[in-house]
Amino acid sequence: MTPDINSTQPGETSRSGRHSEHFVAEISDTPLRAVDTVKEDAAPLSLWGEAWKNLRKQPLFLISAFLILLVAAVSLFPGLFSPINPSTEACQLADSNGPAIAGHPLGFTKQGCDVYARMIFGAQASVTVGLFTTIGVLLIGGIMGAIAGYYGGWVDAVLARINDIFFALPLILGAIVLMQLPFFRANRTPWTLVVILVVFGWPQIARITRGAVIEVRNADFVTAARSLGVSKFGALVRHVMPNSLAPIIVVATISLGTFIVAEATLSFLGIGLPPSVMSWGNDIQAAQSSLRSNPLPLLYPAIALSITVLSFIMLGDALRDALDPKARKR
Amino acid sequence: MNESINVRDAGSGAQRPLLEIKDLAITFATSNGDVNAVRNAHLTIMPGETVAIVGESGSGKSTTALAAIGLLPSNGRVSEGTIFFDGEDIAHASEKRMIELRGNSIGMVPQDPMSNLNPVWKIGYQVKETLKANGLPSGPDDVTKVLTEAGLPDAARRAKQYPHEFSGGMRQRALIAIGLSCQPRLLIADEPTSALDVTVQRQILDHLDSMTAELGTAVLLITHDLGLAAERADKVVVMYRGQVVESGPSLELLQNPQHPYTQRLVNSAPSLASRRIQVAKDQGLESSEVLTPDVINTDASKSADILQIENLTKVFKLRSGLGRSTDFTAVDDVSFAIKRGTTTAIVGESGSGKSTVAQMVLNLLKPTSGKIIFDGVDTSTLNSKETFAFRRRVQPIFQDPYGSLDPMYSIFRTIEEPLRVHKIGTAASREKKVRELLDQVSLPQSTMQRYPNELSGGQRQRVAIARALALDPEVIICDEAVSALDVLVQAQVLNLLAELQSRLGLTYLFITHDLAVVRQIADHVCVMEQGKLVETGSTDSVFDSPQQDYTKALLNAIPGGKLMLPPEVA
Repeated sequence: MTPDINSTQPGETSRSGRHSEHFVAEISDTPLRAVDTVKEDAAPLSLWGEAWKNLRKQPLFLISAFLILLVAAVSLFPGLFSPINPSTEACQLADSNGPAIAGHPLGFTKQGCDVYARMIFGAQASVTVGLFTTIGVLLIGGIMGAIAGYYGGWVDAVLARINDIFFALPLILGAIVLMQLPFFRANRTPWTLVVILVVFGWPQIARITRGAVIEVRNADFVTAARSLGVSKFGALVRHVMPNSLAPIIVVATISLGTFIVAEATLSFLGIGLPPSVMSWGNDIQAAQSSLRSNPLPLLYPAIALSITVLSFIMLGDALRDALDPKARKR
Repeated sequence: MNESINVRDAGSGAQRPLLEIKDLAITFATSNGDVNAVRNAHLTIMPGETVAIVGESGSGKSTTALAAIGLLPSNGRVSEGTIFFDGEDIAHASEKRMIELRGNSIGMVPQDPMSNLNPVWKIGYQVKETLKANGLPSGPDDVTKVLTEAGLPDAARRAKQYPHEFSGGMRQRALIAIGLSCQPRLLIADEPTSALDVTVQRQILDHLDSMTAELGTAVLLITHDLGLAAERADKVVVMYRGQVVESGPSLELLQNPQHPYTQRLVNSAPSLASRRIQVAKDQGLESSEVLTPDVINTDASKSADILQIENLTKVFKLRSGLGRSTDFTAVDDVSFAIKRGTTTAIVGESGSGKSTVAQMVLNLLKPTSGKIIFDGVDTSTLNSKETFAFRRRVQPIFQDPYGSLDPMYSIFRTIEEPLRVHKIGTAASREKKVRELLDQVSLPQSTMQRYPNELSGGQRQRVAIARALALDPEVIICDEAVSALDVLVQAQVLNLLAELQSRLGLTYLFITHDLAVVRQIADHVCVMEQGKLVETGSTDSVFDSPQQDYTKALLNAIPGGKLMLPPEVA
């Protein structure tokens, strides 16, 4: 046979001199399949489709999605949930700190306003600020981060330092300072608050985007696209950005909740929304003075705020599990 | 003391197997219910014997081995059958008993040397930890001795280094040292060398062989490479889809494979093959005559060499501290030419600069000096519009089938993209073209609506080929295009490439570390070592009479390359 193999002389004898038999499985038990066939029975499933399939079954997602839909409905159509419109119906001082009675399920504030109605109508301002701040942060932070990560070099160095400067400023401190500017003092609306929160909020998204883009930038499919003739910017828009979206969406969802908290914090400190605008932060601030005698007017907007924020954070968690299978729990 | 008992056992003719696996079934609990990863597996290892499990990825070979050392993932369990280690049932042994056995009696060398050493501890500490855990003397001298035995030069100094200071081969030696440090009676080696270059692989395996022979250690070797298994093991067990389909003495199994799967495996094992894939030419088809390279050369007015590479050099600047940099010459004065319609392979080990050459030929990287002349034009002189046109004619296929397709794009969009970018045809004609391309790479047309995550590695690679073919290119650059694929799938893709070449008259530049693949597909070979071209020539001349020592070493290192098989099998 083969003179080459002498160190391990298999066949009839093994190294230790024992006989080993040649076993062949029954072919009927171990049927052969064609090499590498495509499954044609199952429906095609994109990455997003697969994420949705996972998400649908998660209780965390279902609960948070239900709560978010509820909050959205309340802030869009508050009239459906409360027959009383606190901005048109004047509060009766006679009802000051009154207990819950029929038609007024959560009682009255110190000013004699209906707590339930104010809670319902206050949702709009909070959610508006949270939502639009997130959109603004995504646009500015996303673009800055993508450009920095994709082009690298001095562009990245400059943008990263700008990013660091804004990152170093605490949001609340920065907001307090900016709110003292004459322009912002004169126009205190939810929109000025959005601008201020965007100014201090974008660096976080920029960092996440930069990291995600750098990870995808060197993927083979980007090189493949470039060698097909796709331009450098084209590859960023068509291939790199869509593949970096998942972590950005997760962080954006979670920070939507924190922006709502920031709005409430600023309003509570008296530098956010003006008292004329109904918001949870303002209501908490107004109820604070009678905390010991009548804590309920403070409690209810605080609960509404917590549930809203919690549901966005839970949604972010669920999205992360669905979009990043590696992080998924077993 | 264990050994003395062992010797007496063997001497008394008790013939008790060291490891005996009977009717083993392993079940994984997943979110989609229970999955049977292994069924009816059986396997016997006698003391001192080397047994190899061969199979493709997902065949259950690693799972079986992990069950033998009691390290199944937490969602997996032995649902049926028994595992006897020296007469003791360990399939249902307590965790405490398994901890006693591990290291002392059963050692393990894991697959990936890059991730299996803890980067924050010194090598010496990691060896010491193993010795200590098994109650052996663990002074610095013992550690050095263990590392020296594993073939690590200057072990006393090396023991004080961290894993990142070690090369891949040295890390694997350290892992072997750890695996064998307690002189176990059974060593499980899970693809111990699949991440290493062939010459290093050979050294490591030779060393493992001599060490285990000396200590009388039995080895359970897990590999996807039939040639390697046949060369190193006394017995081979072939697994397919979770079942043992055939087992027996290695040479007999290779020469006389009974099960159709084994036959398939033997037929397509690249390390055992000895000649180029001949497609149409062999079968005497009419089309082949039109498309053989010389015919094209005569009827085309273009020059015979489609690609000429002259004195190509690439120097990278490595940063070494503030403002300073050192030069690293990745490609050093490389020249060769490729004839139209032929396949040229660039072979080399990691770090030889072969992929850098490919990147420069694709015009993705600028050469430091030298010229790349494509069809009579120096590619470095092309303006952006000409580069765009050049991209149509030269297309790449990359190594990693999981990375080269955009996961967000459906297969249709992936293959259509080059057509859309180059504004070719209407939506309807593009769809027709995509269907044709899928036919060409033998994927069903319904694959169009699917996404990369639903396809296997081989299927993705075929999609990548279809995408590369979409613009009717003349040259395709395959950068390790089949290295990540299982043997059978690899053979399938290589056949497809050969067939496409003879049908479409394509020119291939094939970058690979695997000489066995070169033998199957290339007409010409360029061997690279550390940025330099050391040998060029036709495949047959390089394989039959290599001139350089380096080429000889590479050829000798092909596992199973020396096993001569009867012609009807090979």
